[in-house]
Amino acid sequence: MSADLLFDLTTFVLAVLVGFEVISKVPATLHTPLMSGANSIHGVVIIGALLITSSAHGVFDYILAFVATAFAAANVIGGYAVTDRMLEMFKAKAAPPAPGRDDQTGDRG
Amino acid sequence: MSALETVVRLVQLAAAACFVIGLHLMNSPRTARRGNQVSMGGMAAAVLSTVILIADRGSMTTTGWIVAAAGTAVGGAAGLYAARTVKMTAMPQLVSLFNAVGGGAAALLAVHELINVIDPDLVGVQTSLTAGLDIVIGGVTFTGSLVAAGKLQGLVSGAPVVFPGSKVVNALLALAFLVGVGWIIGDPSSLPALLLTAAAGLAFGVTMVLPIGGADMPVVISLLNAFTGTAVAMAGFVLESTVLIIAGALVGASGAILTTLMADAMNRSIVSIMVGGFGTGDSAVAVGAGGDASVRAVSADDVAIQLAYAGRVVIVPGYGLAAAQAQNEVAELAGILKEHGVDVVYAIHPVAGRMPGHMNVLLAEANVPYPELKEMDEINPQFPQIDVALVVGANDVTNPAARRPGNPVSGMPILDVDRARSVVVIKRSMGKGYAGLDNDLYSDPRTGMYFADAKAGLAEISSAVKSLVG
Repeated sequence: MSADLLFDLTTFVLAVLVGFEVISKVPATLHTPLMSGANSIHGVVIIGALLITSSAHGVFDYILAFVATAFAAANVIGGYAVTDRMLEMFKAKAAPPAPGRDDQTGDRG
Repeated sequence: MSALETVVRLVQLAAAACFVIGLHLMNSPRTARRGNQVSMGGMAAAVLSTVILIADRGSMTTTGWIVAAAGTAVGGAAGLYAARTVKMTAMPQLVSLFNAVGGGAAALLAVHELINVIDPDLVGVQTSLTAGLDIVIGGVTFTGSLVAAGKLQGLVSGAPVVFPGSKVVNALLALAFLVGVGWIIGDPSSLPALLLTAAAGLAFGVTMVLPIGGADMPVVISLLNAFTGTAVAMAGFVLESTVLIIAGALVGASGAILTTLMADAMNRSIVSIMVGGFGTGDSAVAVGAGGDASVRAVSADDVAIQLAYAGRVVIVPGYGLAAAQAQNEVAELAGILKEHGVDVVYAIHPVAGRMPGHMNVLLAEANVPYPELKEMDEINPQFPQIDVALVVGANDVTNPAARRPGNPVSGMPILDVDRARSVVVIKRSMGKGYAGLDNDLYSDPRTGMYFADAKAGLAEISSAVKSLVG
């Protein structure tokens, strides 16, 4: 087994363990944004897509590269955008009452 | 390693750290949004540094730049449009689609590497093996997620699709991709080996997800998410990209945890879900109101009186609520009751909705503050002190039969709704849940059945409460 492979394997195993550790603390309330957020993280595959584009030659290669880049870009950009949209909705307090009702002094003093 | 390359590697290390920190910040709703932004920042830095590195190497042709820019523009625009416009009820489909394209992209990376092998003798096992696995897993995720999205969207039947000999077909496909991966290891430049592996993976994705019923979707989506992560990690091995390995491993771990949690919440093993058979999909058998003599039917006014004079109310939302798009109506009713001094919280079963945590997102969209959403373990001991439990569109997760052995829901953790002082169930009909089982809760003397569509029924109750207390 080469040193490179051993290094990659070490990274992989440790990252899996870090993943277990970090994610098992996420409350059920946030499971959908968590999954969607994790989903955008695997959009990192766009880096791979760019790398294969840089070594592409020939029409078939370019088609492959185009599809891979488009897929990965949809994954990463859409993923982060939709996760942000969801998390924006999570609020600790109900939305403030309509303007004109701010004469309530409940939390003053 | 050139200076620039070193900097790029360091940036990618920082990006990997950002992914971990971002996920860590997700463990509280207060910090979660910042967490996602940290992760996004890391991603932007990693991608940008890669672009700079490629430009510096000068290996990318002009055509390559155009292809990359066009691909990013097309995919990015499509993703952004979908993300901005998707309804929260359709979130599981969208996550599935993103999963599909992510897995597809990961598989294409390995395909590209294999078809460009010049000297097969120079390809080590670590590359050919991981490339083979990448193609299989990526292929399974691609078609599997598409079928799952189709089922969720109603384009493909939500019911389990079982065809004769499906187990034999699955076994043959499994054999085919084992042979394919072995063949790729033996001869990395072999096109037939590549095609066999890809075809077997793609076909297996379809035959794996088709027989799985709609009720099991939270498990399937989590599992496919884990698969995509693994495929991306494999692509990282093939391309020797550490950031891909780390990110893929993180996602694989998250998917694996959620899959286990979901399967536990249904008291089903992952294997039994994969084999299929139980989740019979949305099978509401329309029996008119009062079709069963042993249940007590109540009117909106009865429910309104019960709720308005209660001290503590727990709302138990289920998928029926989401299907009827009634999250705003339920939040409105809760708001009226709270103004009237009633203590209202929501009890959320882990598998309520179509993906893990789905119900929480739907209620957040309706402006329900997250501290009011109680998890099962927190709320269950409190039910004996609850005056009214209002069940909206939830069935099996409230069925006391789960505490008895010998039926399809036996052992499934449930919300102890039957221990509340009184229960109101809003339901269209006496149709059975996914498990195809009668719910003992409905015939309990303390239970009142209000037969109505969730949306219309809740609006009806709200106006009745208003006229009562207003």
